[in-house]
Amino acid sequence: MTVLHIGAKDFENEVLKSDKTVLLDFFATWCGPCRMLAPILDELAAERPDVKVVKVDVDEESELAARYGVMSIPTLFVIKNGEVTAQAMGAQPKAKLLAMLD
Amino acid sequence: MSEKVYDTLVVGGGPAGYTAALYATRAGLDTLLLEKLSAGGQMTETAQIDNYPGFAEGVDGFSLGDAMKRGAERFGARTVQTEVLSMDLRAVPKRITTDTGELLAHTVILAMGAAHRHLGVEREQELVGKGVGYCAACDGMFYRGKTVAVVGGGNSAVADALLLSRICKKVYLIHRRAQLRATRVYHDALMKAENVTFLWDSRVVGLLSEKKGAAAPFEALCGVTVEHVRSMERSELAVDGLFISVGRAPASSMVADQLTLDESGYIVADESTETNLPGVFVAGDVRTKAVRQIVTATADGAVAAHAAEEYLARS
Repeated sequence: MTVLHIGAKDFENEVLKSDKTVLLDFFATWCGPCRMLAPILDELAAERPDVKVVKVDVDEESELAARYGVMSIPTLFVIKNGEVTAQAMGAQPKAKLLAMLD
Repeated sequence: MSEKVYDTLVVGGGPAGYTAALYATRAGLDTLLLEKLSAGGQMTETAQIDNYPGFAEGVDGFSLGDAMKRGAERFGARTVQTEVLSMDLRAVPKRITTDTGELLAHTVILAMGAAHRHLGVEREQELVGKGVGYCAACDGMFYRGKTVAVVGGGNSAVADALLLSRICKKVYLIHRRAQLRATRVYHDALMKAENVTFLWDSRVVGLLSEKKGAAAPFEALCGVTVEHVRSMERSELAVDGLFISVGRAPASSMVADQLTLDESGYIVADESTETNLPGVFVAGDVRTKAVRQIVTATADGAVAAHAAEEYLARS
């Protein structure tokens, strides 16, 4: 699967009501560490059909970012059945992301 | 089946690493670069780089890192995205264990760079990304119209304070000395900023927090305890954010038992980039040197690749 870019209006359906585990990335287009993380997320999305990788642009979705208390980017959440099960800040190596999903 | 042995393995994909990979591949060495994230290293945290020559209008750090990578790839350099777990630099051939397997090489060029130095105050790690940060260029926008403090007195601290002064309502600069270490060009601009208050001879000794966030409630920073270094008098300062800019720590702990380090943890080598072990070279910010800049990192990379080439020709 490819990475899904979403905003507040699709958030409930795509994230909170998702059957699959969601890896949610709050990012900005101008943020260097976010851009470092991007190819890793693309790879992970391609390799793990059981995981939905979702990106939210904090410049366009500041309310959503605030709701999740995002004060640093990139910030990543793992969401299962609507609940946050893991969280990480800053660009992460792939192995760390995989460990967060378990 | 015999295992593949590379001519050279480069550890770290910042400017030193990719320059080493560029020069090594152009010299015909079978080269592989190991990077745990993607190209650029510390540069990726800088939105505008004005002191790397050749860019009349400056360049953003991520793009520069990406261009260095692609420039090396044009000559056959390859990158594996993997995290190095351990290195045996005395072994023949040298052995590097990563989270995706083991790699062998006749020479190793270490270019792991440096990371933000922590302040060492209690609860610092717990509050990272929840008010505590190390990268004003990344996280400054979350503090628009708010009050923040910057700790430090060097160039990056002053650059951070200046950047934040344009976004935030109020900026405190907390420095343990009575004057800044930063270069003149930064000084003057900061002194002119009306919403910046300097707290001299002061250090942060405590972090204060409160509950924030709706969807995923968490403890976030709401203030800091500041202590005067001589009178030892303490006061509380209400801030929404604290940006820590107290220097860099070299990423050398993995090789501390094999290589000679200085008291700050930098790998000891002169301009030749040769370490105490034959066939092991060190380039960029992780090396002992007077000036840590992108341009000195790239210079190291070229020298280290040349040194590796000469070593291979001799052995």
